[in-house]
Amino acid sequence: MNYTAIVDQPDESHHPTSFMAKYIWSQDHKVIAIQYSITALFVGLVALALSAMMRLQLGFPDSFSFIDPSSYLQFVTMHGMIMVIYLLTALLLGGFGNYLIPLMVGARDMVFPYLNMLSYWTYLLSVIVLLASFFVPGGPTGAGWTLYPPQTILPGTPGNDGGIILMLVSLAIFIVAFTMGGLNYVTTILQARARGMTLMRMPLTIWGIFTATILGLLAFPALLVSAIMMMLDKLVGTSFFMPAILSLGEPLNYTGGSPVLFQHLFWFFGHPEVYIVALPAFGMVSDVIATHARKNIFGYRMMVWAIVAIGGLSFVVWAHHMYVSGMNPYFGFFFATTTLIIAIPTALKVYNWSLTLWRGNIHMTVPMMFAIGFIFTFTHGGLTGLFLGNVVVDLPLSDTYFVVAHFHMVMGVSPIMVLFAAIYHWFPKVTGRFLHTGLGKFHFWMTFVGTYSIYLPMHYLGFLGVPRRYFAMGPTEFIPESAQSLNASITISALIVGVVQLIFLFNIIWSTFKGKKSGPNPWNATTLEWQTEYTPPRHGNWGGKIPVVYRWAYDYSVPGVKADFIPQNVSPQEVEMMDDKGGA
Amino acid sequence: MNFFSSIFRELTEKPWLAQSAETLDQELIEYQPGSPGKTGLKFFIAVVSVIFFLFSVTYLSRSQYADFQALGGEPWSPLYQPLWLWANTGWLLLASLSLHFAVGQVSEDKLNRLLGLLTLSVIFSLLFIFGQWVVWQQLSQQGFVINSNPANSYFYMLTAIHGLHLLGGLFALVRVLIIFSRKVKLDILQRSLVLCAWYWHYLWLLWLFIFALLTASPSTYNTIAAWCGL
Amino acid sequence: MAIAVVILLLVLVSVVFHFVSPWWFTPIASNWTAIDDTITLTFWITGIVFIAVNGFLAYCVFRFRFDKNRRADYEPENKKLEVWLTVFTTIGVAAMLAPGLVVWGDFVTVPDDAEIFEVVGQQWHWSYRLPGKDGVLGQSAVELMDEKNPFGLNPDDINAQDDILIPSNVMHILLDQPVKVLMRSKDVLHNFAVPQFRVKMDLVPGIETYLWFTPTRLGRFEMLCEELCGMAHYTMRGQIVVDTAQDYQVWLDKQFTFRESLDAPAGDLQLGKKLYASCAACHGDNGQGNEALNAPMLAGQPAWYLTRQLNYYKTQVRGSHQQDIYGQQMAAMANTLVDAKAIKDVTAYIASLPTLAISPAAVSNGPLARSIASGQRLFTNCAYCHGDQAQGKFALNAPRLAGQHAWYLKRQLQNYRASIRGAHREDLYGTQMIMMSRLLQNEQAIDDVIAYITRLKPAADAGYLQLGSRAISATESPSITGQSRSTQEVSR
Repeated sequence: MNYTAIVDQPDESHHPTSFMAKYIWSQDHKVIAIQYSITALFVGLVALALSAMMRLQLGFPDSFSFIDPSSYLQFVTMHGMIMVIYLLTALLLGGFGNYLIPLMVGARDMVFPYLNMLSYWTYLLSVIVLLASFFVPGGPTGAGWTLYPPQTILPGTPGNDGGIILMLVSLAIFIVAFTMGGLNYVTTILQARARGMTLMRMPLTIWGIFTATILGLLAFPALLVSAIMMMLDKLVGTSFFMPAILSLGEPLNYTGGSPVLFQHLFWFFGHPEVYIVALPAFGMVSDVIATHARKNIFGYRMMVWAIVAIGGLSFVVWAHHMYVSGMNPYFGFFFATTTLIIAIPTALKVYNWSLTLWRGNIHMTVPMMFAIGFIFTFTHGGLTGLFLGNVVVDLPLSDTYFVVAHFHMVMGVSPIMVLFAAIYHWFPKVTGRFLHTGLGKFHFWMTFVGTYSIYLPMHYLGFLGVPRRYFAMGPTEFIPESAQSLNASITISALIVGVVQLIFLFNIIWSTFKGKKSGPNPWNATTLEWQTEYTPPRHGNWGGKIPVVYRWAYDYSVPGVKADFIPQNVSPQEVEMMDDKGGA
Repeated sequence: MNFFSSIFRELTEKPWLAQSAETLDQELIEYQPGSPGKTGLKFFIAVVSVIFFLFSVTYLSRSQYADFQALGGEPWSPLYQPLWLWANTGWLLLASLSLHFAVGQVSEDKLNRLLGLLTLSVIFSLLFIFGQWVVWQQLSQQGFVINSNPANSYFYMLTAIHGLHLLGGLFALVRVLIIFSRKVKLDILQRSLVLCAWYWHYLWLLWLFIFALLTASPSTYNTIAAWCGL
Repeated sequence: MAIAVVILLLVLVSVVFHFVSPWWFTPIASNWTAIDDTITLTFWITGIVFIAVNGFLAYCVFRFRFDKNRRADYEPENKKLEVWLTVFTTIGVAAMLAPGLVVWGDFVTVPDDAEIFEVVGQQWHWSYRLPGKDGVLGQSAVELMDEKNPFGLNPDDINAQDDILIPSNVMHILLDQPVKVLMRSKDVLHNFAVPQFRVKMDLVPGIETYLWFTPTRLGRFEMLCEELCGMAHYTMRGQIVVDTAQDYQVWLDKQFTFRESLDAPAGDLQLGKKLYASCAACHGDNGQGNEALNAPMLAGQPAWYLTRQLNYYKTQVRGSHQQDIYGQQMAAMANTLVDAKAIKDVTAYIASLPTLAISPAAVSNGPLARSIASGQRLFTNCAYCHGDQAQGKFALNAPRLAGQHAWYLKRQLQNYRASIRGAHREDLYGTQMIMMSRLLQNEQAIDDVIAYITRLKPAADAGYLQLGSRAISATESPSITGQSRSTQEVSR
């Protein structure tokens, strides 16, 4: 192995010794990543519990006195907001982004470690403010995660006082946290790569995180802008989004504002947000598949271009969420076209993942199982997106359970499958131990089959015309009795899947202390993070020497080379010498 | 164009092809450790620009509603001849310029001039903020409060957010000086001051844009809005 | 290995589920069969891709499973294959998009012969307006909305005079006649959606939106609000009845124009008092009600609510359920009021009776403080429509509950829960109450909320004649402060 001398990036950081400096006020990207991940998983559990409550009401209406329409809407809203922003965005970028970027590009740390630390604590503050809304009078907001005005800030919607204010404040704080983290991620990727790490030698994980972070930096401002304006509408009576209206029969002092304007802003953020979650997942799953199939990712360049193309296009498709919002209907032509165009690079990614398996040598490890599960669920979710993107097909389906099922498949189940794949894949690097394989397989089967049995039937409730965000259907003629039994069975599946996640948590805790020791590079992977001197990597990542990169990230099963992988920091001269080192 | 062609060249590279030893060596020699501060600041400026761009788009869109009454453009408008705003523009420009010249004074023998220029810059910046506050007072005394019209709402909101960014910059500048007072090398101080100067120049340009937007005449709004198809 | 089998199984299950699922689109009742065709086409294309991709995936997983004697291929890319896949995908996407855009072109182009009607949404009800003979809808504005003019029409606008107002959740339209639906909202976002018509659109306050369709099937179709509009969103239902020309005319003749609604004379109190004599036998001279005769308190109820209920009784919308014995009695009595004029007079008289307060001592089941607290919590759901003090709100079509006898409230809540009241298809307000009453999941909950309601006394009542053994003292009544404007409106 070849390491360059220390001169390039002197290890200036002094190594903290006290417990507080090491684990609490840490500026080490790895500790911050773990802090981010634990916080995100914790709020994720809250959101999971909320979804269980929603499902109980939908599956067995009129059975639980602690769920009324107001609290149901609060569960819906908080579940959605937490899952999308405080879990997925934070875990994928704050957690995995933080952990992997410096290690995968060969840097000692993020370029602004202090800012990185601030980013986590600001994120934690946003989570605390968010959770505080459960304890204010009126409870958290129940306006739906889209927070559409006017109803969001008016009586008639639960949590229209303290709840919505805390929600908007929390979002603003989150955006500040994300911006601090995001500036770090892009700058580190652009400016702190190791020698020889050209852009096209970067693993797809980094490409996904990089593009997603840029999307986040450019898209979150739209959410910030709408949150500020809505806050002013609520608190000082401006009329940005509020037209002249009544509220429960009482006239209000607003005039002339435009609720649709909010929707444009929200979705100008909201659609890129889908890809902020999806692109890191695309990247990570590519690396997991390549590593465990012992084969280079098929069409690497196409994969990079597709990530960049999807990122660019994601800014011109937002109004496909608004086909029936009352905006100028002629916009429908434009946005349907851009939306269906974005399906092309996305489809190519799916093809390339499958083609990577073709003539591979597939190790069916737990991360690989989740990755394959992802291809299946993502194909399903992507294809149903073609229904909703095509403006005229959206007419009968929008605002029904079809939409709910679609975005849960594509934005819930799929990224979460990748998150699990990534956790099982990188856990040995983080802790030096494997997660328990038996529990992992059980977790996979229950999650994969369980989630499909939740969401496949849910699409059909949507075809039937069952609207979303309904507390109960009540007496409705066009909905047959059997739809209720279907709902009950969905609820049972959901509860089982929910409980299985506790087994996963147990696995994480147990394996951290008792798991099988893994060694530094258990999957025989090529990327830099597996080539650290110590596992888990120590502060400064590389000890005395920063690696030099000689090749791309996918030299698996190179013909004529004995080992079936060549790490990125192995120079051409060293490859021959590795003949006796042995393969997988 | 060069930038794009080099990006294009880089993105069409075939990274799996074996490279000759010379190419690899060349790469290693050409490698330059980057300048994270500048890159970070560029991205931050991009983020702030997006925020204000989106505010402006909503402003233009909102200006097309019947209840909108522009603050400038007509002799009876409150911001028809906004002398105070012009004065504030001057203060911010002076703050920006003194920072700019301060960067050139970073050396052991010019420390007094450096400190003088930095103090001036802080004072001018504070004068700008004070001046903006005075304009707020004037407007609200004339009855133009934040919720009386969307144009007013935007005026208060945009000036406040711009002012907050300036305060954030002042906070960063003071932090740089405090760290410097604990004996940090001059080249690091210079690098930090260059970033501050850039940021001030940007805030001044941003202010010019906001100023123009907030005091334009209704017909200008209509023209731009029509041109954007709003 | 196992995963390949499971993936194939899931594909198979998906396909089988698709074909045997009883949960499928409702039979179409409009001209938009082209939408259904586009969906079918999309299904074929995406279905084939779904089977192909996952079949290939399963094959790879099985065929290239780990074998320590084999080595993976090294193939960075295959330009030809990638180009072919791109072309093939683009064709598939275009095949779905092109017909979709053509159909969308039809959707945004309203045919010239379309008749217009307006849908007005509010939390959590629908109402409708027809343009009348001149074919033009008059101007409307939120500022003009009040109890006399709930649609907010401009009384000076010539076009508004003959507009036909339909202050009901039920709308009738003509078979095979293209309609352009104009949409307006009084308060928040709503969405006009009838699954059988396939099309839907949001109602946005401040602007007017539209859609169009041609009903092609006779019948009564449920209409749902499909844009979250607050707590009772799920109860915001309406109906569109597609009629033959004859039925439509019969229905239309019963509706009133805006001008007629403004010019309608007030009820005659003298005549009303005479008519009330036969009511007084049960409901009491002061409208105070009588438990022995199962007659509720009427005093304090506004005329619009009494009118609605009398009309419901007369048309068998209420009081036709077999188990609703008292409702049946009342339905018989209501028939003694011969016409709309009689109803108007008698309701005007009842509305003029002083509001009465029933003292909590008269409540039979002696509720406890604990249940009042629980009732207060439950009542928050009721308060959105019925008001914080249960004073009732015209704007939300919610009657007054304060002062009503506890035994009556309890029987009605039980009737709603058991779908004895409110289940008639024309009684959409009742259907709403059926859904809301289910929040009270047991008898204890019903008793609790009633215990709370009977302790409420809207401030507007102060100074009215007090009846019963003693009046409620201020200390006894929980959280009775403030005065909402709608109470004044109702009592005005």
